[in-house]
Amino acid sequence: MTQTSPKPKHPLAIRWFHWRNFPILSLMISSGMIIYWANDAYIQFPEWFYEKAGLQFRLAEGMSYHFLLMWFFAINSALYVSYTIFSGEWRELVPGRDALKQAFQVVLHDLGIRKEPLPPAKFNAAQQITYTGVVLMGLGSFLRSLAIYRPVQFSWIAQAMGGYKTARLIHFGLPLGYVGFFGRHVTQVVRAGWANFRAMVTGHE
Amino acid sequence: MNNNRRAFLKFGVAGAAVLAGLNQLLKISPHEFNEKLTRRVIGTGRLGPEFARNRAVMPKANGLVGLDEEIELKDWMLKIDAPGASQRIMTIDEVKSLPRVEMTTELMCVKGWSEVVHWSGTPLRHIAPPSAPEYVGLTTPDESYFVGLDRESALHPQTLLAWKMNGAPLTSEHGAPLQLVIPVKYGIKNIKRIGSIRFTAERPTDYWAERGYDWFAGL
Repeated sequence: MTQTSPKPKHPLAIRWFHWRNFPILSLMISSGMIIYWANDAYIQFPEWFYEKAGLQFRLAEGMSYHFLLMWFFAINSALYVSYTIFSGEWRELVPGRDALKQAFQVVLHDLGIRKEPLPPAKFNAAQQITYTGVVLMGLGSFLRSLAIYRPVQFSWIAQAMGGYKTARLIHFGLPLGYVGFFGRHVTQVVRAGWANFRAMVTGHE
Repeated sequence: MNNNRRAFLKFGVAGAAVLAGLNQLLKISPHEFNEKLTRRVIGTGRLGPEFARNRAVMPKANGLVGLDEEIELKDWMLKIDAPGASQRIMTIDEVKSLPRVEMTTELMCVKGWSEVVHWSGTPLRHIAPPSAPEYVGLTTPDESYFVGLDRESALHPQTLLAWKMNGAPLTSEHGAPLQLVIPVKYGIKNIKRIGSIRFTAERPTDYWAERGYDWFAGL
């Protein structure tokens, strides 16, 4: 077997920013659900779900986890965004002018309607929209988390966003988007195949 | 593919180290760090938002610890202790003769619900000694419910000793004759049926902090 020199794809920094999110977000969402259980005002999950998932009667613990890990999530995310800005990699991630039109072609391609291959790029337009969108959602989560973590000190943020109750509702709603993102992301990674997955670990395609 | 195997191995080892670190981290409590950050960086002094009086509603009567005893409201007394001073005792009429504040603020429960409520009372700072020590502790007459406050939050202008809720005298389950209203803290700090107030240099114990919640509980 001849050794071909592997083609670099993802820099080390990006791989770390990516994988650190896995434990941090899992814990943020599970502790968030523990907190949500104490007042499940928006969606009533069935009792067996709370019970089986071990989310009941742990509010104090849930708040401790949430208010510890939030700093790691915020710092990791801020470093990721700064990295893409300073390295210039944002150019590959931010959608261009025709992104919506191109993303529609990506959807047609993924559904098997468009037969010809997509134009070669590190990230296609649908990916650019998704990856940039999830960063904007993260920013929305961050602002709302300030508004509900210290609602008196940051009351100006809460008031700009429709008050404490609204900020809390949206803070709960955005992670549903993350879970959707995650489900879709895993599906696409499975479809893209092993080499693509490996590149996020080793850095090479 | 040796390179790949090595990269996977490196990632696996480093990943396991990160997870182990995270696991250790989860054993520490973030509360002290968050309290310092709030008191030194974010600040504690801003005023809580006020609302139109007609938005006020009756909140749930949560938290009945300390209210079991039957008490005669006319015999109720407030005991106040401060370092280097003898105990001061106030009747409800004496408390009510202090400068009165009316405000409509949002009561926020640690569980996540919130309600706008209208309060009448007097700022706690009117009964504070001139150079108040670092902390304030408040307890119910039977001492079964107790809260601790940092000085800035206790002396905050919206921190009231309140005797009326939505224009009516407090009911027993809402803490008659006098309850603490402190919009810069979660509801758990809004102690009902105050029996004694202690100004102290030592951090007072707190009912919910003893049960794993954040002692500071600031908003």
